[in-house]
Amino acid sequence: MEYQMKVLVTVKEVAIVQDGFEITGTEINDDHLDYDLNEWDNYAVEEAVQLAEAGDDVEVVAVTIGAEHSEETIRIALAKGVDRAVRVWDETIADADLLDVETKSRLLGAVVEREDPDLVLSGVQANDDSFGATGVALAEEVGFQWSAVVNALNTETVLDSGVASVRRELEGGVEELTDVDLPAVLTIQTGINEPRYASLRGIRQAQSKDITTCTIEDLGLSEDVVESSLDITDMYKPESKSDAEYFDGEADEQAAQLADILQNKGVVTE
Amino acid sequence: MTVLVIADHRRGDLRDVSFELLTAGRELADAAGTDLHAAVISGNTEAFADELNREGVDTVHAVDYGKEFNHDVYSQAVTELTKSLEVDFLLVPNSVNGLDYAPAVASRVNWPYVSDAVGLDYSDGTLGVTREMYGSKVETTVEIDDGQSVVSIRDAEWPPAKGDGNAPVLTFNADINEESIGSTVTGFKEVGGGEVDISEADFLVSIGRGIEEEENLELVEELVNVTDAMLSASRPVVDNGWLEKNRQVGQSGKKVAPDVYLAIGISGAVQHVAGMKNSETIVAINTDPNAPIFDIADYGIVGDLFDVLPELIKQFGAEPPNF
Ligand SMILES: Cc1cc2nc3c(=O)[nH]c(=O)nc-3n(C[C@H](O)[C@H](O)[C@H](O)COP(=O)(O)OP(=O)(O)OC[C@H]3O[C@@H](n4cnc5c(N)ncnc54)[C@H](O)[C@@H]3O)c2cc1C
Ligand SMILES: Nc1ncnc2c1ncn2[C@@H]1O[C@H](COP(=O)(O)O)[C@@H](O)[C@H]1O
Repeated sequence: MEYQMKVLVTVKEVAIVQDGFEITGTEINDDHLDYDLNEWDNYAVEEAVQLAEAGDDVEVVAVTIGAEHSEETIRIALAKGVDRAVRVWDETIADADLLDVETKSRLLGAVVEREDPDLVLSGVQANDDSFGATGVALAEEVGFQWSAVVNALNTETVLDSGVASVRRELEGGVEELTDVDLPAVLTIQTGINEPRYASLRGIRQAQSKDITTCTIEDLGLSEDVVESSLDITDMYKPESKSDAEYFDGEADEQAAQLADILQNKGVVTE
Repeated sequence: MTVLVIADHRRGDLRDVSFELLTAGRELADAAGTDLHAAVISGNTEAFADELNREGVDTVHAVDYGKEFNHDVYSQAVTELTKSLEVDFLLVPNSVNGLDYAPAVASRVNWPYVSDAVGLDYSDGTLGVTREMYGSKVETTVEIDDGQSVVSIRDAEWPPAKGDGNAPVLTFNADINEESIGSTVTGFKEVGGGEVDISEADFLVSIGRGIEEEENLELVEELVNVTDAMLSASRPVVDNGWLEKNRQVGQSGKKVAPDVYLAIGISGAVQHVAGMKNSETIVAINTDPNAPIFDIADYGIVGDLFDVLPELIKQFGAEPPNF
């Protein structure tokens, strides 16, 4: 018997800083920021879409907490096969200094309550803030089971028996095999699959897919959900600790100096 | 007030970060004028408690429950310990297992969670945590208002605690609710085996995302050929399926320490550096002068690998492939 299943994927549009960026106060000037779908979430989206393709009746919904321009990134997920999306945002969220793990898990938790998914896939970490925590905190918030740093998921058992058989990638080339009861949140590690590129057809279809916007009020939460006892008080470029000897000149000169070093160290003999 | 640190162990051994946590915890406890408690959960707790009993530790708690890590057991035990020991600062490892229980504990005790600390500074009732953002391109200070918090610390940022301690070792009877355990660890698997063992090489030529396309690997392979080196890689190259898992250097790959490690188009993320920082000599080629890999490099080339590698291949008397 196959489950009718709903998979929710949390996706974040992350900021990527360009060379030569400057910091004002505790923020990076936005003329040196690019935006993209978080690397880990790209794998989570692919995993969800693969589940939908393997199952008979699986709906995949993406959710993000993000400003309007994040819709561009959400469309990428829609183009890859996500059915529809929910975007949480309003003035209060925009004005918050820091969306910490607690705030994010409460906002996403309210969406989970509304959508009632069987499985939530999130990324191990967001490339920009790197908390590495939102997925597990979300599970705790909504009373789901969870598993962190998942690099393999058995599609059959998820669809057929309501158990996620996963591999957790530990340190040093060791993987832990774990069974997790649904409903559950899995935080997805890179390399779990091969994320597809959006096809032209997918991109066209994505234009007509629904992105529903939700405010804090729509979610039935109060504004103090964004209050945080964390405060970013300083942001700076780390001092270079480098005492490397640099090889200058054109590429051929640099290469010659490097070749000398390799020979001196005795790892290359001529 | 108490500082509590939670040890990390796997398959019979305490992991190094456990002892680093003791150092970080002691420093924080000194600054805050509190005691330092350490706890170990599951496994051979008696032996582990003994090992954790190092200088500066005031009390060791042992929670004897099961053999290996289970996040449901950890979440419950750590939450109980935190409540019953009147803990103010809970320090946990930012290990893969730490990622699997610390956010849940923070949520249960309703404290803020700050992850991957590289520095802690306590003064006037405020804890300041130094951490990195944007792939190590910036460092930030996060201040925690009322202090009480769960903080995970990065590997290898604090020296391990040394010296024998004489702390009492107490058994802590955590009231584990078995019904709420929704995950079962069924086993372990070693990955990254096979014929290639990059940890045996004297000279590793290691390639990162800077290579851009699978076809371009040919260039690096040619360099490997002419120099008789061994080829290794950072994670994205392996994630993309361009090289086997047994070529991956780093936290979740292999630890290597060759005579020379040549990092090409690799930024030097902490999880990569964890696997190669003990190399005798480190050389980095990267277009970004601020790439963190240069912080640990002995020699550096700020340049484009597509310019430098062909020249390097020529240096050894071979003809670079055409691009
Ligand atoms: C739990 C966990 C475990 C992980 N385990 C590992 C692990 O075991 N090993 C590992 O490596 N990573 C691991 N990672 C991933 C790690 O965080 C980084 O994402 C990864 O190391 C980045 O690889 P990279 O340096 O090749 O890519 P990037 O960070 O994208 O860097 C690419 C670099 O190439 C440079 N570059 C680009 N073009 C050129 C050019 N033409 N010439 C020269 N330079 C160029 C860029 O300036 C940049 O510095 C792990 C992450 C997590 C969360
Ligand atoms: N603003 C956000 N909107 C949606 N999902 C998010 C957001 N922030 C974090 N997440 C999810 O949580 C994961 C871990 O993020 P973090 O805990 O911030 O490192 C990400 O990979 C996302 O899947």
